[in-house]
Amino acid sequence: MISIQNIVKQYAGHRALSDVSMDIKKGQVFGLLGPNGAGKTSLIRILNLITAPDGGSITFDGEPLTRRHIERIGYMPEERGLYKKMEIGEQVLYLAQLKGIERREALRRAKMWFDKLEIQAWWHKKIEDLSKGMQQKAQFVATVLHEPELLILDEPFSGFDPVNADIIKNEILELNRKGTTIIFSTHRMESVEELCDSIALLNLSRKILDGGVKQIKNSYRNGTYMLEYEGSADWDLTLAPFEVLSTDTLEETNRMKLKMKPGKPQNEALQFVLPKASIRHFEEVVPTMNEIFISTVNKQVVS
Amino acid sequence: MNKILLIIQREYLSRVKKKSFIVLTFLVPFLFIGMIALVGFIALKSKDLEDEKKVQVIDESGLYKNQLRDTKVITFVYTDANYEQAKTTFIKEGYNSLLHIPAGAGAIELLSEKKPSASTIETVESSLSHAAEARRLAAAGIDTGVLAAAQKRIEIKAKQIKDGEEQDAQTYTAYAIGLLSGLLIYMCLLIYGTQVMRGVIEEKVSRIIEVVISSVKPMQLMLGKIIGVGLVGLTQFILWIVMSVVLSGGAAMIMEKKAMDTVPQLEQVQRMAGNKEELKQLKKLQQPDGAAAEIMKSIENIPVTYTICCFLFYFLFGYFIYSALFAAVGSAVDNETETQQFILPITLPIIFTFMLSQSFIINNPDSSLSVWLSMIPLTSPIAMMMRIPFGVPWWQLAASMILLVLGFVFTAWAAARIYRVGILMYGKKASYKELIKWFMYKD
Repeated sequence: MISIQNIVKQYAGHRALSDVSMDIKKGQVFGLLGPNGAGKTSLIRILNLITAPDGGSITFDGEPLTRRHIERIGYMPEERGLYKKMEIGEQVLYLAQLKGIERREALRRAKMWFDKLEIQAWWHKKIEDLSKGMQQKAQFVATVLHEPELLILDEPFSGFDPVNADIIKNEILELNRKGTTIIFSTHRMESVEELCDSIALLNLSRKILDGGVKQIKNSYRNGTYMLEYEGSADWDLTLAPFEVLSTDTLEETNRMKLKMKPGKPQNEALQFVLPKASIRHFEEVVPTMNEIFISTVNKQVVS
Repeated sequence: MNKILLIIQREYLSRVKKKSFIVLTFLVPFLFIGMIALVGFIALKSKDLEDEKKVQVIDESGLYKNQLRDTKVITFVYTDANYEQAKTTFIKEGYNSLLHIPAGAGAIELLSEKKPSASTIETVESSLSHAAEARRLAAAGIDTGVLAAAQKRIEIKAKQIKDGEEQDAQTYTAYAIGLLSGLLIYMCLLIYGTQVMRGVIEEKVSRIIEVVISSVKPMQLMLGKIIGVGLVGLTQFILWIVMSVVLSGGAAMIMEKKAMDTVPQLEQVQRMAGNKEELKQLKKLQQPDGAAAEIMKSIENIPVTYTICCFLFYFLFGYFIYSALFAAVGSAVDNETETQQFILPITLPIIFTFMLSQSFIINNPDSSLSVWLSMIPLTSPIAMMMRIPFGVPWWQLAASMILLVLGFVFTAWAAARIYRVGILMYGKKASYKELIKWFMYKD
């Protein structure tokens, strides 16, 4: 759907993006991850044609991205904002009309969304009289009212309380099921990990990693497991098929982090422990995106 | 294009619907009339409002005894008391000042409890001069009656030749119209320009800007805002014009009715009086009406449509050019307090032209400085409106208008280059150097 090639963005004094390329496929939930200042917002502004890149190109469905496409994109910036003195209903209609929707059609859709999010009673209220959560919902409606094919959400869950964050998350996933492509941008990597099909990691203006979430995680698996058991741990480990990385004691149980020796399947670890202790829990330790990010950054620094 | 219309519509409606707009629109004409009435009243009654002053006079020369005429505010009371003694007592006796006229060549002195006002000194001086003058004339054997007849004031009728025909020049009407339209444009440039700036800051502070410019170009948003606010100003003007026409029409009707009422009374008095002398006085009484009629006539003689069209043109484009600058300022700052350093250079040409227009342009509408000021886009809206009532060659008007439009196009382009970068910059204190850098950015 979107293909980004060799994008460069230079600001006076610093480089925001250097030679960034990535592909976002139709129907994907794509995570654009990285710490603050990595270049995420710069890239998103370029995707929304708010700023232009100094080099590189972007295609939308195979055509070079132009202003014709912006009506097919919905964008919720990190810094949310609406006109304080304007009624929210009117405001949502105005923003939809700016995206090229007829007023009457916009009104129909807005009524539907307001019902769905249970804010219909607030239609005539001004933004300054609404709670933060209510404002965020109105902002979300304004973002999706023109039924964009591509939804770009910058830090979508910041500012929401857990209940409302969940409501919005479900709405986003439903839109995705209906075919909308989603780009999440966030520095809180754990918050979108389970939502994304695909991610790209940005750090210091460069893309350092991208691909499917599963593939990335698989490539970072290293045979580490967490074992939780009852009983003593005074085992003779000379014959064990694993090395113990760490142990600690909980209230009723003990826990052990272990790493399989090369070529040994994890079942051998269970066979080894089974006669010695009663097993409560056995689980592979998959690195979190955060850990992957940190280890990738470190690798970059070393090399 | 459609989107610009949407933006204009929002900017316009959101302002026109505000209570403050409605209140201001309907209140200002009344305030204005009230203010003029108050100033007029004070000017008329100023003598009554002044304190009365009593001046004790010691005339050792004996030349001014009973010669000083009392005025409305100053009463002279003569005394033969000793000067040194009077010095200590005049305040206690309730006098404000003590006027001492020495016998010899010494200076005449005015002693007061407080600092005497300039007008008191002037009045005393002129009373003394009059007395001295009358005394010397009498001494020289000149009849004061003959002198008064010889000192008749002469009035000239200013006429101008237009298309070979003589016309009343109506210099004073031109003066008034020039001053009024200059003042209005001056106020509007500042008021509506600031409104545009506030609107930009509001969009930036409330962070809606990023949502909006993901749908429209920054240039479209800026122009939409400028035009929308401009239309608000225009609406306000048209309402004011309509209201003042209605109000003055009403006032004229009341005055006419009063005049009608007084006519039969006058005739009655005339019949009863039948005396030539009294008739003359009555005619004098009617005179103010004659003056009013003359003013009305001279207003009718002014090309009203032409003047109003020029006014609207210079108002609109003057506003466009300045509001583009104000928009650029608004985009460069995070809140209104930071605007100071940028506003001064923008408002300087307006204030400069306005001050100059009151003192210089209005008195020398065809001097080369006035012509130049009415050509330069930043100063022409005020300067040209000062000149128009006195008559401006068509080619100068055309050149000034074309330059103003070109000036606007250039200013809007330059302002938009700063605006598009500025609106996305947060927490960065903008300097002039920074603004130039923004201006240079590629799209």
